[in-house]
Amino acid sequence: MRYVEEFRDPVAAKAVLAAIETVVQEIGATAEKPVHIMEICGGHTHAIFRYGLDRLTPKGIEFIHGPGCPVCVLPMSRIDECVEIAERPEVIFCTFGDAMRVPGTRKSLMQAKADGADIRMVYSPLDALEIARRNPEREVVFFGLGFETTTPSTALSIQQAAREELRNFSVFCNHITVPPPIKALLDDPHMVLDGFVGPGHVSMVIGTHPYDFIAETYGKPIVVAGFEPLDLLQSVLMVLHQIRDGRAEVENQYARVVPEHGNPVSLAAIEDVYEPRRTFEWRGLGEIDASGLRIRSKYAAFDAEERFGVGYGAGPRLVSEPEGCACGQVMTGRIKPTGCPQYGTGCTPEMPLGALMVSSEGACAAYYQYGATDERLEAVE
Amino acid sequence: MSTPVKPARLRGDRVTMAHGGGGKAMRDLIEEIFTDVFLPPGSEDQARLTSDALRVPGAQLALTTDSFVVSPPEFPGGDIGKIAVCGTVNDLAVGGAKPLWLSAAFIIEEGCEFDLLRRIVASMQAEAEKAGVRIVTGDTKVVERGAADKVFVTTSGVGVIPPGRDMRAENIRPGDVALVNGVLGDHGATILAARGDMALSTDIRSDCQSLGALVEAVLAVAPNTRAARDATRGGVASALNEMAEAAALEIEIDETALPLRPEVKGVCEVLGLDPLYLANEGTLVLFVPPDEAEAALAAMKELEAGRRATMIGKARSGRAGRVVMTTLFGGQRLVDTLVGEQLPRIC
Ligand code: SF4
Repeated sequence: MRYVEEFRDPVAAKAVLAAIETVVQEIGATAEKPVHIMEICGGHTHAIFRYGLDRLTPKGIEFIHGPGCPVCVLPMSRIDECVEIAERPEVIFCTFGDAMRVPGTRKSLMQAKADGADIRMVYSPLDALEIARRNPEREVVFFGLGFETTTPSTALSIQQAAREELRNFSVFCNHITVPPPIKALLDDPHMVLDGFVGPGHVSMVIGTHPYDFIAETYGKPIVVAGFEPLDLLQSVLMVLHQIRDGRAEVENQYARVVPEHGNPVSLAAIEDVYEPRRTFEWRGLGEIDASGLRIRSKYAAFDAEERFGVGYGAGPRLVSEPEGCACGQVMTGRIKPTGCPQYGTGCTPEMPLGALMVSSEGACAAYYQYGATDERLEAVE
Repeated sequence: MSTPVKPARLRGDRVTMAHGGGGKAMRDLIEEIFTDVFLPPGSEDQARLTSDALRVPGAQLALTTDSFVVSPPEFPGGDIGKIAVCGTVNDLAVGGAKPLWLSAAFIIEEGCEFDLLRRIVASMQAEAEKAGVRIVTGDTKVVERGAADKVFVTTSGVGVIPPGRDMRAENIRPGDVALVNGVLGDHGATILAARGDMALSTDIRSDCQSLGALVEAVLAVAPNTRAARDATRGGVASALNEMAEAAALEIEIDETALPLRPEVKGVCEVLGLDPLYLANEGTLVLFVPPDEAEAALAAMKELEAGRRATMIGKARSGRAGRVVMTTLFGGQRLVDTLVGEQLPRIC
């Protein structure tokens, strides 16, 4: 716990903010000509608004909220498949809480649960394993989703299920990886980005080298950052220093936790259980090559796609986004959430139209919940 | 209060559908588990209420009701019975009423253990005595397995508001100070941990407690206390939003002032939850005029239930209905009402 307190120290934060102010001036960035920094991860988006960092940092910095919320980028078709599996009478469908509200074309998991599907909220795939052990007559399916952070624990649960020869446990695998969408964004000619803040917990698993291409091929700075407010501010400062000095490197602000080469045990589990899919669909971004993982054939018995005949390979699947949804443009930084015509009217956390309004890590929900729009949080008095 | 001389009439150790059938089995269940504890011998199932407080001209009656469905029914720091008493007592107390009588209705799932019911009933009676209220009437129903989760309890409460007291959120004025009586989110965090679907072991306990005496102690030294709210489901954030709306004022709170246990912060950190929205069962938010704030705080601190009382913010003119928080770093953000329940993040 001391770690946390240290990285929430307001006095230290003031000093970093002052340093940020100075560098922004040195660079000559202004509200009209800002530096664009993308925080890739939804956890960072959430922290920025939760601590009001967006209002503390100078106007010369513009945060672009990246595609790093696994719940937000789940395509509707995958939710439809979840519902399809969950509605089978023999199935107990286990999911993380924040995936419950994501809209599918017909309904969300929350609605499916109200309609009678046996859907249970769990905190880890190991909870789902336990449910499988206790309900041998039911089919227990775990909704595996998330980036490299959660990928290893799903892998471990599959390995464990194999060891125990559990016959009623499978995973609907939607794990995705961080580097390919960043590459896709950087290849987009409309993209205006000056630097990145990278997700620290992803690098706990994969290390910092998978980001080398950002600096080497695209010439952009990236700093791997922790999740406390001070971590974020320090990382922003490090990115700004690189920009000022004309450098493009992969730096590690979160060295207290992130090893350069990642975590060998987790990496081995990932390698053992998954292989890359040729392509995977991202909500708002479309198909991205090699961005998703599937379960290797040696674990096919634990693959819900195999067991229930859904998913890739089971027919045409692209589902178009709801009318008027601008999630893709928000996620690529082309507009702010408030620039979406649906924001706050056709799309609210109660009735999300697009995915970015669903999870508290989605840019639209963070804007809405924490009042990031000037209109809702303007200083009165 | 129980009468040990009577031989036990309940057979087996669990409730069956027969106990809801209206016959002898049902009478045995009601008498042996409920009325022997709650009601003085000879009482009928209809309460005639008398109190001196009612005879004072200008006194008003207050009535409230609430159902309790907590799972699991027993957890560190309390159980569903204790909550059912505290919740209703606190609802009355924050309205300025002196809580006097409760009714208690039980919906029992077939298969529920008698012992669990006995423990719940004993804890209700103990809490009622502590809070100075009497459980004067009740009801029991048995439903089939799966139609309830062990046991649900509904309590209604009647209290008397002394003449001249008016505690409504509309009374809050700009400049009034927001106080809480203790740490936030303990109950919510305890229940999360007690459900056991989280690999966290903590020694957090529910804050479940009756607050009637605390409110009276505050009113004795801060007679112009404007309003109070019991910050149960939806947490302090929801209570503040309701009050901001009712008063048509803006409420500003200070993140550094929020009293939180490190364990609760830890649980929230791991699950991606915000302690401001976690449920409480013994926490209230009070608004008092600035010149009475110190006295109110001191009076709360005298009592166990107010040991960690503190000031968390104030009301101001500004945008009506809005709650704004100054964060640790001096940034500002909105504290909105929660949509549905808080759903744990995945990473
Ligand atoms: S407001 Fe709703 S529809 Fe518009 S971009 Fe955000 S999530 Fe998508």
